[in-house]
Amino acid sequence: MRRLKKAVRDHRNGCFLAGCVITGVLLALILLGAFWTPYDPTAMMAGPKLDGPSLAHLFGTDHFGRDIFSRVLKGAGVTALVAAGTVVIGGVCGTLIGALTGYFGGAVDELLMRFNDTITAFPSILLALVCVTIFGSGKYQVLLVLGIVFIPSFARIARTAFSSLRDANFVQSARLMGAKPARILFVHILPNTLHVLLPAVTIGFNNAVLAEASMSFLGLCGQPPEASLGALLSEAQGMLTTAPWYALCTGGMIVALIFGVGLIGEGLQSGRGERNA
Amino acid sequence: MTDELALSVRHLTCGYRAGGGLWGKAVRQEVLRDVTFDIGQGEILGLVGESGTGKSTLAKAILGMVKPHSGEIIHYTRRPQMIFQDPYSSLNPAYTVAWILEEPLRIFGKYDGPERKRRVRDILDRVELPEETLDAKPAELSGGQRQRVSIAAALIQRPKFLVADEPVSALDVTIQAQILQLLKRLNQELGLSYLFISHDLNVVYQLCHRVLVMKSGRIVEQGPVEELFAHPQQDYTRQLLAAE
Repeated sequence: MRRLKKAVRDHRNGCFLAGCVITGVLLALILLGAFWTPYDPTAMMAGPKLDGPSLAHLFGTDHFGRDIFSRVLKGAGVTALVAAGTVVIGGVCGTLIGALTGYFGGAVDELLMRFNDTITAFPSILLALVCVTIFGSGKYQVLLVLGIVFIPSFARIARTAFSSLRDANFVQSARLMGAKPARILFVHILPNTLHVLLPAVTIGFNNAVLAEASMSFLGLCGQPPEASLGALLSEAQGMLTTAPWYALCTGGMIVALIFGVGLIGEGLQSGRGERNA
Repeated sequence: MTDELALSVRHLTCGYRAGGGLWGKAVRQEVLRDVTFDIGQGEILGLVGESGTGKSTLAKAILGMVKPHSGEIIHYTRRPQMIFQDPYSSLNPAYTVAWILEEPLRIFGKYDGPERKRRVRDILDRVELPEETLDAKPAELSGGQRQRVSIAAALIQRPKFLVADEPVSALDVTIQAQILQLLKRLNQELGLSYLFISHDLNVVYQLCHRVLVMKSGRIVEQGPVEELFAHPQQDYTRQLLAAE
């Protein structure tokens, strides 16, 4: 507990706090949306068709008379779930691979990193599209596929961080004391790489939100009733002139999500910088 | 000092592979050539020589961080430890001093929580650090305090032999004297043996019982410190002494 407080104090800067507030509010809304929305997001004729924002319908209604606020809440939930899942898969696997290759080096390192290069040579969206055509569409498939696509970037960052600490004196003395490689990697080195890995996680989250939105926009994620933000945006595109609030509110939600998490990442990095200075 | 040995090194040759890359022909760079010496239990053996003569490589080879090419290294004591020159990088910056000092005991795995805490207090007394130090992270300590923590961490597994690679050369003079005194006292109280590497002959004269003089990977002269400083046999040793 004391350590947590200290960590918060260390990162007490504008970016980090603002990011936490924005992300916190959005998370609360998303959690709320998971259990309760003002209207049934799929119920047609919840209000008048193509009605502008009002107190009854905060974000207005669409061409079926569905409440857009409710739909955005649900959609943000799907998007956040996919993005979080992507970051967890990509982050955990990437860190693991990066840690092993960075620490041990040698032939395995060469092999895995060349494999990494091969994956990163393709645009990630293209790769994800190919995978979706193979595995089928749906939010869990997209989550898995994006997660795999995101592994190389995390692996590269983790590898650099781990290999730079491999011969640090405190690591050598841990080895002398008889610490096993697993303990050295995850107890001794890992905490010292968090200042690089955590910002990478926030950037990865944002990239995942965008990637998921683009894929849904192309209709690859989630079937019509259960729509993510990208799918909503794709729907809103057809009504840009008749219901501009639809696109604005959906797009605004994506921007807010990315902005909040981006600020946290920025704050984590600058907080670190101040302490080093 | 007793006649029992802490360490024997016999005909140690050690080198790096330099250049070559993946397919090119690697060139062997000899760093240590036919190095032979002993360290007795409770003895402080100084190792002097210019930069680049292989002093640090010898230390690393003794502790198994560098693979010897040929020759023998025989340890008569268990779990030898090392004290590094730079007290800024030898302590894990992510943890508190309490964690750093307990970690070797956790790795060793034989002690429960209260016993670990007791031993940490004990060692903290030995290196003359106040108890508040336990809650600090390395970045919050001064260079001298950090070096004391490094010594404490090296000692907590109760080794009998320490390699100290320039342990005071990163510290300013008054702190140097304190750390040297501490090392001397630990040697007397705990019967520790040191291989003490330094380029500062003054420091070696104050602390060590016996000295090895090293030049380009070979030991050119060795003997009791008083004798060697008073009557150096080799030109190289004379030059070193004159340079002081």
